Amino acid sequence: MTDKTMTPEEVVGRLRSGMTIGIGGWGSRRKPMALVRALLRSEISDLTVISYGGPDVGLLAAAGRIRRLVAPFTTLDSIPLEPHFRAARERGAFELTELDEAMFMWGLHAAANRLPFLPVRAGLGSDVMRVNPGLRTVTSPYEDGEEFVAVPALRMDAALVHLNRADRRGNGQYLGPDPYFDDLFCEAADTAYLSCERLVDRFGPDTVPQTLLVGRHSVTGVVETPNGAHFTSCAPDHDRDEPFQKLYATTPWSEFAERFLSGKSEDDYQNAVRAWHDEREERK
Amino acid sequence: MTREATTEATAAVTSRAEYCVIACAEAWRDNGEVLASPMGLIPSFGARLARRTFSPDLLLTDGEALLVGLDGEPEGWLPYRRHLTMVTGGKRHVMMGASQIDRYGNQNISCIGDWERPTRQLLGVRGAPVNTLNNPVSYWIPKHSPRVFVERVDMISGVGYDHAVGPYHRLPRVVTDLAVLDFESPGHAMRLASVHPGVTVDEVRAATGFDLVTDGDVPYTREPTAEELRLIREVVDPRGLRDREVAPR
Repeated sequence: MTDKTMTPEEVVGRLRSGMTIGIGGWGSRRKPMALVRALLRSEISDLTVISYGGPDVGLLAAAGRIRRLVAPFTTLDSIPLEPHFRAARERGAFELTELDEAMFMWGLHAAANRLPFLPVRAGLGSDVMRVNPGLRTVTSPYEDGEEFVAVPALRMDAALVHLNRADRRGNGQYLGPDPYFDDLFCEAADTAYLSCERLVDRFGPDTVPQTLLVGRHSVTGVVETPNGAHFTSCAPDHDRDEPFQKLYATTPWSEFAERFLSGKSEDDYQNAVRAWHDEREERK
Repeated sequence: MTREATTEATAAVTSRAEYCVIACAEAWRDNGEVLASPMGLIPSFGARLARRTFSPDLLLTDGEALLVGLDGEPEGWLPYRRHLTMVTGGKRHVMMGASQIDRYGNQNISCIGDWERPTRQLLGVRGAPVNTLNNPVSYWIPKHSPRVFVERVDMISGVGYDHAVGPYHRLPRVVTDLAVLDFESPGHAMRLASVHPGVTVDEVRAATGFDLVTDGDVPYTREPTAEELRLIREVVDPRGLRDREVAPR
């Protein structure tokens, strides 16, 4: 049995500037934040990031690590507009490939199935076509003759995803209501790194089969990072940390980064968050 | 609630927000067994009112991945991947917001200004392109103004009638705090379908950045029934959150 466990630092040690990195989750939900924070502690930059964007995008954009973003949106959910993503876009800090949510999903399917593209009834008539002049269309070869957008495969060098449980071999389990697209991200990537709330020795005989979302054949490394999706939600292990998300959204970037992201490890981050919550409790 | 209080509640004058709830609910009339996807508070109240009254077969979500009954009990699983199939399968009627909308129903939620370097970055196109080519899309605009109703949108996210392609494009209605609009006109230009009681046609024209089509006298948005008012006030929105989205006037 191959033991694939590693530290966040070891994951980042396998990534390089200029890579295309896919990030799982959706908006401010089950984002592999501990791995994103490890990326922020490195010098890696010039990234193409593929994401149903949340604070993963905001953090990387604020830190100037993104060369190109591929996304249908970037949001904090309970705070609709992601402030650091906004600011970066408004100062022209990175290039954007803006796709529709369904186009994005079929791009993942194409990549996972080793297809160059998949046809989708989305994008035509909208300015997604204007701002992505490289997009091509394809005509149905059957009687209907309808024209579709040929969404190119969203292949990536590495995928980062966060699930509730995983074993050391790289099998991942989600326990929340929505798998999002984390299995597809792993299958669409040349290498995939799975962080989890808790490592398990094995999945017991009473395991609900449908919860075993990510298969070890599609995973390169496994990292145990308790509270690793913080401050995004990771139901049922933890909800979104709304007060902290609000702090993130309203604090000038340099101040936020200094207080929470200047440590040497994920533990330093978690300690800084705990200290902030303790102070907040005392003030009440 | 006591019988006396009920009588008092239904006797009170219908508020602007309540007309908006009714106008939103009407979007889902006769839709059959489809998912009602409301974005915003008042559309949510409208969808729940429709399901409780004239559209009992509608499907509703809990805002996450569950299809739920009126009391919140689960009746189905709808993670994003299945939600997107509901869209492309056409079994859904969404009511989206719009930062900008034009006379043919082109809608923008992506950014304001030049896309290359926007003056105001918003959400991104989200699912507006796939929605508009696949399932009926209505819009809810809580503040009808010339900033929203523009001659030309900066980034077409939701596709309007003059850009529509494929067999399934349809925009049933646009509900605002002032009026109900639709595209039932030659060439599908936006038409003023009704004004909410207390609003004049001139007010709506002044709040719209392009000429609206009208045919004959513009009717008023219909009155709620006593039972609908009771449901809005006691069951669907007992905390009165609707007044926060559309203030009483």
